[in-house]
Amino acid sequence: MLNLSLKQLSQQLREKAFSSEELTRFFLDRIKKHNDRLNAFITINEEESLSMAKKADITIANGNQSLFTGIPIAQKDIFCADGWRTTCGSKMLENFVAPYNATVIQNFNDAGAINLGKTNMDEFAMGSSNETSYFGAVKNPWNLEYVPGGSSGGSASAVAARLAPAATGTDTGGSIRQPASLCGFTGLKPTYGLVSRYGMIAFASSLDQAGPMAPSAEDCAMMLNVMASHDIKDSTSLPHPKEDYMTSLGDSIDGLRIGIPKEFFGEGLDSEVQKIIEDAILEYQKMGAEIVDISLPNSELAIPVYYVIAPAEASSNLSRYDGVRYGYRTKEYDDLMDMYFKTRQEGFGDEVKRRILIGTYVLSAGYYDAYYLKAQKIRQLISNDFAQAFQKCDVIMGPSAPSAAFKAGEKKEDPLAMYLQDIYTISTNLAGLPAMSIPAGFTKDLPVGLQLIGNYFSEGHLLNVAHQFQLSTEWHRKIPKEID
Amino acid sequence: MDWDIVIGIETHVQLKTQTKIFSGASTSYGNEANSQACLVSLAYPGVLPVLNHEAVNCAIKFGLAVKAKINEKSIFARKNYFYPDLPKGYQISQFELPIVGEGKLSIPMGDGYKDVRILRAHLEEDAGKSSHGVLQGKTGIDLNRAGTPLLEIVTEPDMSSAAEAVAYAKKLHDLVQWIGICDGNMQEGSFRCDVNVSVKKKGTTTLGTRREIKNLNSFKFIKQAIDYEVNWQIETIEDGGKIQQSTILFNPESGETKAMRSKEEANDYRYFPDPDLLPLAITEQHIRNIKQTLPELPGEMQDRFEKDLGLSSYDASELTNNKDVADYFLSLIGQGISAKLSANWILVNLFSKLNDADIDIKESPINYEQLANLIAKIEDQTISNNAAKKIFESLWVNPLGKVDALIDAMGLKQISNDSEISGLIDNVLNDNTVMIEEYKSGKEKAFNALVGQVMKASKGKANPSQVNEMLKKKLSS
Repeated sequence: MLNLSLKQLSQQLREKAFSSEELTRFFLDRIKKHNDRLNAFITINEEESLSMAKKADITIANGNQSLFTGIPIAQKDIFCADGWRTTCGSKMLENFVAPYNATVIQNFNDAGAINLGKTNMDEFAMGSSNETSYFGAVKNPWNLEYVPGGSSGGSASAVAARLAPAATGTDTGGSIRQPASLCGFTGLKPTYGLVSRYGMIAFASSLDQAGPMAPSAEDCAMMLNVMASHDIKDSTSLPHPKEDYMTSLGDSIDGLRIGIPKEFFGEGLDSEVQKIIEDAILEYQKMGAEIVDISLPNSELAIPVYYVIAPAEASSNLSRYDGVRYGYRTKEYDDLMDMYFKTRQEGFGDEVKRRILIGTYVLSAGYYDAYYLKAQKIRQLISNDFAQAFQKCDVIMGPSAPSAAFKAGEKKEDPLAMYLQDIYTISTNLAGLPAMSIPAGFTKDLPVGLQLIGNYFSEGHLLNVAHQFQLSTEWHRKIPKEID
Repeated sequence: MDWDIVIGIETHVQLKTQTKIFSGASTSYGNEANSQACLVSLAYPGVLPVLNHEAVNCAIKFGLAVKAKINEKSIFARKNYFYPDLPKGYQISQFELPIVGEGKLSIPMGDGYKDVRILRAHLEEDAGKSSHGVLQGKTGIDLNRAGTPLLEIVTEPDMSSAAEAVAYAKKLHDLVQWIGICDGNMQEGSFRCDVNVSVKKKGTTTLGTRREIKNLNSFKFIKQAIDYEVNWQIETIEDGGKIQQSTILFNPESGETKAMRSKEEANDYRYFPDPDLLPLAITEQHIRNIKQTLPELPGEMQDRFEKDLGLSSYDASELTNNKDVADYFLSLIGQGISAKLSANWILVNLFSKLNDADIDIKESPINYEQLANLIAKIEDQTISNNAAKKIFESLWVNPLGKVDALIDAMGLKQISNDSEISGLIDNVLNDNTVMIEEYKSGKEKAFNALVGQVMKASKGKANPSQVNEMLKKKLSS
C-alpha cells in the first residue's frame, strides 16, 4: 500500500485486494507510529476516518464507487471540515470545531474519499518552514533536523513520509511548491479561481489557491479532478468548464518550448540546486523539447509587492478573530478594548502579528497610494511579463526554491531570509498562473524540486509535462530512509 | 449678523430584499436575536460573501428614478474597524467607485421647486446591534441585522434650512417607497439620515466647518436637531469660538446635539477593494431591463395629471408625493369619478381626517370604493356636496355603512325636481318683493340672499345650481 499510486489504490480497492477500512487503518497506524517525530498532523479522528472508510466499502461492495471512493487523503488544517477541529495552526482557533465543509472537503466527501486527518501548517499559512505553527514545528522526513518548508509543511511531511497517499495544500506565495520541493514530491498550485476558496480559511484572498500534494503528477491530476469546481459560494471562482486532467497525460511533448527566465538563475541560487535544475531541463531536451531564453524583468519586485499585498489583505481577513463570537478569548479583561488587545496579543503568534502590522501600515491613510496602490500596479506589470513570455514558450521552468531544505531554527529569527524562500514562486501567485514543483534530484541527501509554470488554465498540459519527466525519472519514487 | 445655513444629507435606505446582501439569511425584522445569523453573518472562518443581485437591482432603480448615471463598473471595498457588532472587523461598502453617480431630486419649496443634487449612492451592508443592559453586566450582540442591504444616498450640500432638509428627506422617503426598494419604516430603522450642518456669514462663499448629526430616524428629529445645531454653531462663532469637525448625536429627550468624537479621534478605515468580490459590472441591457420594471415615476405622473386630467400643478403634485395616495386617486378615477372631484375629496376631506387620526391613507377606514359610491351621488346630483360631507363623517365612524341607506336615513336626498324647486322659488319670491326690487336695481347681494332663502326653505336639500339657474330665469322674465 505504501508505494501504490492513487490510481493503483483505486484499482486495488475496486478489485478488493484490500478494503478501504484496511487501507485507512494502514495509514492511521503509520501516522500513530511516526507523527510524534514528524508532527505532521494536528488532529486525527480515527473513529470518523474509519467510519467514512466503512461507508466507502459499502459503496464499493455495491459497485457504485468512483475513482476516489475509499482513498484516504490528509487535509491541510486550513480547510473547514464539518465536525472536525480546524485550527489553521493557531492558538486563536485551538478549539474551533468547524460547523460546515469547505467546498474542497465537500468535493472529496462527494467523491468518496476518506479524511485521514488535519495536517500541521504555519499559523494562518504564514511561513516557509512550518516553524510558526502554534502546534509545534514539523520535521522534514529526509532529515529530522531540517524543515519541511511551509506553509503546507504538515501535508508535505505526511506525503514525503507516506503517512498519507496524498494531501491537500494551499499556496499563497509558494506554500505548496516550496514544501514539495524541500520534501521531494509533486505539488500543484492551480490557476487562481480554479479551486473554490469557500471554507478555506483566508490568508490573502487574491492570492490563496488550494491544490494537490502527492508523489506523482498523475496523482495530482487525479486529485485536481476532484478539487477543481466552479462554486457559486466563491465569487472569485471562475466558470471554467470541468476538465479531466488524466486524459492529457501521455501526450507527446516533442517540440515543447521551454522558457528559461534568466532572472531565476541569478544571485542567491544554490549552485548545486542550479546544477540539478539544468540537468532536468537537459532531460526535457532529450525528450524533444526546445529551450527559449526569456526574461521576466519585474521578477525582483515580486517579493516586495507580495509583502505589501498579502499582509494588507491578511490584516483585514484576520480582523474577525476578535474573541467575540468563537475561538480564543483572553481570560481576564477590564473592558472591550482590553479584551481585543489581550485576545489578539495572546491568540496570534509573532509572524502573524508582524504581517497584521505591516498590512495595517500599508493600508493606512497617507500610505495607501505609496504602498498598496503602487504594489497593485507592479502586480499588473508582473502579469504582463508572463503574458509576453508565453508568446514565446509553452512552459516556463526554473527552481522552485533557492536551496534545498535548511536546518530548523536557521532562519526563524530572520524574517527577510525566510521571505526569500519564495523568491521563485511568488510571482505566479501575483499573476494567478498555475505552477508545479516536481522532484528533480538530491543535494546532500535532500530533495530539490523543478518548477514548471504554465499559462492560465493549462493545468492539463502542465501535468502532462511533469508526467513525461516522471516517466523517465525515478526522483518522485524516492522515500526517505529514516521512515520505514 | 446674518448667516447662511448649509446642509447635506446622507441617508441609509434599507433595501427591501428577501435575503441579506452577501448571504442567503433572511432580512425580516423583529425575530429572536441571532436567529437570522448564518455563518456569513457570524463571519465564520472561511466563509465568503456572494452578492445578492436583488440589492443591485434596487440601486439601479433608484439611480434611474433620480436620473443618475449608473456606473458600468463599481467596486466593493472593505471599511475596516473593530466593533463587537461588526463581525468581520470590516464592513463591505463601496468607496471610490459607487454604483450610482450624480443625479438630482426635485423638492417642493414655496410655490415652486428646488433641485437637490445627489452626489452618489452606494451599496453596503448593515452592522448588527449591541444591546447594553439586557444581559447582567454584559453587552448582548444580535447579528440578525448584520448584512442587511443598505443604499447610502449622499447629497451635495444643497439645502439651506431645516425645512428644506425635511422636504428633501420626505421626498426621498416617498420616492424609495414609490419605486418599491424600501419599506420606509422609520421606527424599525429602514430609513435613517445623517445630516451635515455648517453655517457661514451671509454672502461669503467659503463653507464653514461642518458637524455631522448621526442617525436621525424621524422628520421631527431632523428639524429639531438642525434647528438646535444651527443655533449652537452661530452662538459658538459669535462668542468667538471655532467649530470643530465632528460627529454628533441628537438627544430627542433634551432636544440637544452632543459631540461623539472629533475628527482627530476618527477611525482610519483603511479602505481597500474587497478581494473576495469581483468588480460589479452592469450592462446597458440590464439597466434597460430594470427600467421596464419601474413604475411611472412621481414627476412623470404629475405631468400627466396636469396635462391629461387638467389638475392644478398643486393638486397633481400633492397626489404624486406618495405612492399610496396616487394609487388611491387612480383607483377613484378608475371608478368613473371625475379627476377634479376625486382630487378635491382626497386632498381636502380625506387628508383632513387622516391627519387628525394620524394614519396613512392605506389605513383609511373609507376605501376608494366607498368614496367612489359617495362622490357618484354628488355627480348624479342625488346629494349636495355638503350632504356628502355629512355622510363621509358617518362612514368614517362606520365604514360598513351603505351610502344609499345613509342618504335615506339622514334625509339628505337632494331636491332636483324642477317643479318642486320652481314651487319653492315662487314661495320665496312672493314673500320677498323688496329683495326683488333691490336685485333689479342692481344689487347683486340680493340675489345671493334669495338663493339662501330658497335653500333654507328646502332645508338645504335643493340642488344649488338648479336653484341658481331657475331663480335667474324667473327674475329676468
